Amino acid sequence: MNRGTWLLGRLAQIVPTFVMIGVAVFVLARLLPGDQVSAMLGERASDDTIARMQAQLGLDRSVFVQLLDFLAAAVRGNFGDSMSLRLPVLQVIAERLPVTLALMAIAVVLALSIALPLAFVAALNANRWPDMLIRTIFQIGLSSPVFYIGLLLLTVFAAGLRWFPVGGYGDDWGEHLYHLFLPGLTLSFSFAAVVMRNLRAGILAVLTAEYVDFARAKGLSAGVVLGRHVLRNALIATVTLVGLHVGALLGGAVITETVFAVPGVGRLMIDSILARDYPVIQALTLVLAILVSLAFLLTDLVQMWLDPRVGR
Amino acid sequence: MRVSLSLLIGGFLLALMLIAAAVPDWFAPFDPLVFDFEALSAPPSGDHWFGTDQFGRDVLSRTIHASRIDLQIAVFCVIFPLVLGGAIGLLVGWYGGVVDAIFGRLVDLVVTFPFLVLVIFFVAVLGPGLVNVYIAVTCVGWVPYAKLMRAEVLVQAQSDYVAAGRVLGYRMPRIVLRHILPNAARPVLVYAVTDMALAILLGSSLGYLGLGAQPPTAEWGVLIADGKNFFTTAPWMALFPGVAIVLAGLGFSLTGDGLADLLAVKR
Repeated sequence: MNRGTWLLGRLAQIVPTFVMIGVAVFVLARLLPGDQVSAMLGERASDDTIARMQAQLGLDRSVFVQLLDFLAAAVRGNFGDSMSLRLPVLQVIAERLPVTLALMAIAVVLALSIALPLAFVAALNANRWPDMLIRTIFQIGLSSPVFYIGLLLLTVFAAGLRWFPVGGYGDDWGEHLYHLFLPGLTLSFSFAAVVMRNLRAGILAVLTAEYVDFARAKGLSAGVVLGRHVLRNALIATVTLVGLHVGALLGGAVITETVFAVPGVGRLMIDSILARDYPVIQALTLVLAILVSLAFLLTDLVQMWLDPRVGR
Repeated sequence: MRVSLSLLIGGFLLALMLIAAAVPDWFAPFDPLVFDFEALSAPPSGDHWFGTDQFGRDVLSRTIHASRIDLQIAVFCVIFPLVLGGAIGLLVGWYGGVVDAIFGRLVDLVVTFPFLVLVIFFVAVLGPGLVNVYIAVTCVGWVPYAKLMRAEVLVQAQSDYVAAGRVLGYRMPRIVLRHILPNAARPVLVYAVTDMALAILLGSSLGYLGLGAQPPTAEWGVLIADGKNFFTTAPWMALFPGVAIVLAGLGFSLTGDGLADLLAVKR
């Protein structure tokens, strides 16, 4: 199989994945107990009002027709209107998604800038005190809940020292960066811990690999060996890790955005739950799952580009 | 076999938590629910080591009593997915073929949903509260257990003792439950201990968001949510329950790491 075929095959996989995600969200929303309509209208709604609402939402037709309708509407990006915000769901999500994506990007950049150098220090000093210290700190970081880290940073650096704003998002790019720095740092810790752990193990494995011995034996300097052989392999593994971690980062973003009052989709999710805004919850779950599957796809593509063995 | 430092520290932290959860009244100096209007939002002192909250309730006593709820979260958020996922993994690993192919597609589908988002989605539909959190976590969290168990069963099914069992004419339930399960369980159980650390983080996060344990239940996440509005004026209200979460999380993850070393489980 050549790389072109592999690429086409991988791209084609995304279509059935999207359909499955759509079916899953639909089935979950219908199968779980709890009547959406009476939840939306409140307990005092008359049977007549409920019936009218059900007809309006198309809930009086067969489940299969509803499913096809839902999928067809989803493809057109029509998720209905938000009940609490009185706006099209797609518009609400489209306004807030960039905020969350920016937050995640900042978190990934921060996590990598923290984890990459520390992983090298730890691996090159394996089982000596710098390694022990770094691993202990990250172990504690992994055991700390995101909202707690966020609250501590918020109290010390925003409310206390006033270096950063307490919340919000700002109006231009510079302000966005400034507002998202603390939330991004909060979100980056657990991911930095995961990257550090994997990278340290990866570097240790590469350091004992035969091709590194060979590179040294042929007289390459330690710096060249580290840069060309160790770093390259470590980076491929890290790219995969970023891709696999997008879902966890989205979950962390839900909590971080709530702590820092960042107007992204995570906070929208929590607000919608408290407002029982089912169309938004359903559409958001769908959009986030699609985002994760796109991240998986992108990971595979970048891996193919970085690692000549993929797709051969 | 060597007992590592992580196992010792982790075991110690877990023992502390277990004792606190079993007999909170031995350690809690005050009733966690009683208001003391003489000492509202009082800073840590000789009487109130961790200070008091805005109603004068003793934060140390509330933190100790909350360990019972959080330990329950750690156990229930793991045991139900473990049983469900373990059973699915056993069956899928044993039957293989079409069942395995369907299982593979299902796993591919579930992993595209961010774990926390899916749990929150379930809680949104079912309504907030701890019981619904357990239901949600079971529906979402069985996947890693099923994958682990399936992989173990595939290995064990190749072994001579399974072939011997078949030759002796044992039926599937006997071979799977009496012979394969005890041999396949070890990595799954080690993973479960580490997973309890994540369960504590998840449970307290949902409590913090108002979706998990409901006030006035003392749960660490709920305590922090209560204290967050006073973080600048009375930081002790949220600070100490947070330390409890970190210590409990460390306890489970260090114990998990130590057990993995001790039992030579590859991860």
